[in-house]
Amino acid sequence: MITRRNVPYVLILPALAGFLVFKAYPILAAAYISLTTGAGAARSFVGLDNYVRLVNDPLFWTSLWNTGLILVVQVPIMLLLALVLALGLNSPFVRLRATWRLGVFMPSLTGLVAYGVMFSVILSKESGLLNWMLGFLGVDPIDWLGSPFWARIAIVIALTWHYTGYNAVIYLAGLQSIPKELYEASMVDGAGSIRRFWSITVPQLRPILLLTIVLSTIGTLQLFDEPFVLTGGGPDNTTLTISLYLYQNGFRYFDFGYAAAIAYALTLIVAGFGLLQIKLTGGRK
Amino acid sequence: MTRLIRGWPLTIVLAAVFGLSVGPFYWLAMAATHANSEIFSYPPKFYPGDQLLENTRKLEESIGLLNVLGNTLFVAVVQTAGALVVSLLAGYAFAKFTFKGRDAFFVLLLSTLVIPGGVTIIPIFEMMNDIGLIDSFPALILPSLSVPFGIFLMRQSLLAVPDDLLDAARVDGAGELRVLVQVVVPVMRPVLAALAVFLFLGAWNDFLWPLIALRTPEMHTLPVALASLQATTRTDFGQVMVGTALSALPMMALFLILQKQFISGLLAGATKG
Repeated sequence: MITRRNVPYVLILPALAGFLVFKAYPILAAAYISLTTGAGAARSFVGLDNYVRLVNDPLFWTSLWNTGLILVVQVPIMLLLALVLALGLNSPFVRLRATWRLGVFMPSLTGLVAYGVMFSVILSKESGLLNWMLGFLGVDPIDWLGSPFWARIAIVIALTWHYTGYNAVIYLAGLQSIPKELYEASMVDGAGSIRRFWSITVPQLRPILLLTIVLSTIGTLQLFDEPFVLTGGGPDNTTLTISLYLYQNGFRYFDFGYAAAIAYALTLIVAGFGLLQIKLTGGRK
Repeated sequence: MTRLIRGWPLTIVLAAVFGLSVGPFYWLAMAATHANSEIFSYPPKFYPGDQLLENTRKLEESIGLLNVLGNTLFVAVVQTAGALVVSLLAGYAFAKFTFKGRDAFFVLLLSTLVIPGGVTIIPIFEMMNDIGLIDSFPALILPSLSVPFGIFLMRQSLLAVPDDLLDAARVDGAGELRVLVQVVVPVMRPVLAALAVFLFLGAWNDFLWPLIALRTPEMHTLPVALASLQATTRTDFGQVMVGTALSALPMMALFLILQKQFISGLLAGATKG
């Protein structure tokens, strides 16, 4: 019988059970698995061997470097574009704002596979939409997915297409919550539009800017979808990311111990970056 | 007058960005109506062809399209409904009741948000394998029922609901279940709708876990079936495009109908870090 006294326990039970079985236990089990090798009955404890192997694994460092490179290039470009886009979408002079807003949001609804199929054809060298469009600008066909240099650019383009509109809509919500009086007062004081942007818009948007920087950084550190569907990590491992390397070890080579060690290394990196960013930007989230 | 002049350049830029965002979807819809050879020929096809039915028929033959769509819809609906109920109940408990271990559990729940999915996927796979649930729908649904973000969202929204509202119903003699169904659910409807859309989108598009957890083609969800179709040599992209369109375009349609819920659901998702 449900009474006032036991009701919170009844309410929390399903969430607690799900948490214990599918979050708490796997997190602890993964920590143990990372100290073992083999699977099932053949599993044996090897201490920190997997972590020693990780530190000495050139492919792991390659994946770390690739992930960092994409992060450093893509996140600033995307967030800057998103901010400009949001300012445009917020401008009272623009017609059909609601329509543009809808459109730019759409890419973020696309699932991994649909997105991968679309882009692998759009980026195809001989008959892709992108090379066709670049042809009008006199650009020779680019081997987007087959050349080490362009494959990284392709990942950056795909990521930017996928998430810029989403971040723009977040910024737009932030822009619309800035009190109008702040702008009116500064206009009375004679501040120009650039001055107003730096002294009102940016400080007011600061918490949201910080939030998107942290989220995009954490998301990109875990980057998996784009290289998985577009390049498979190639060519020559130039787009191999940490998460993709984790997946390959776990579910292609079934080396669960090593994959778990990579997962924990990734956790450390993600947590470290998150803390560092919050510290550096002095945010109080 | 200056409004008119100032507005146009910006409007044109935004229209161009709109085109870049939506263009690929339009191209996808068109590609689904052309044969493989036409999809890979210049110029790109921006007009409908006559191969839609043929492509769809071939897709039904190769992956069992109707069955796969049914699987995807079933899993997404059950997973969404389940996670919605779990989130509502737990969020309600966190926001409106005191109980032993409440704050500790809440902090633990939130701290798991920073743990990458790659950490838990291997133990969950082994667990499902041990209890023989691999290649079943429960394997897909069960791990996604207790969603920390959903619980957090419900708790935050319910904190804003005045206690008096609930107590008034209790004074009127309503039992706890009735308070929940007749008072809490109605006031939470907009948040529930936003969360439902967020969860449904995630479940509909989910790929990695279903890829790992499913074995037989009869059990496949649409993303897994598409990936396996693409992995075969000499892929017929006419079929793949129909499948891709069927995966992406219903979400677009749903988005156009439920814009408000989508945007508030995904914006709320932005706070899950």
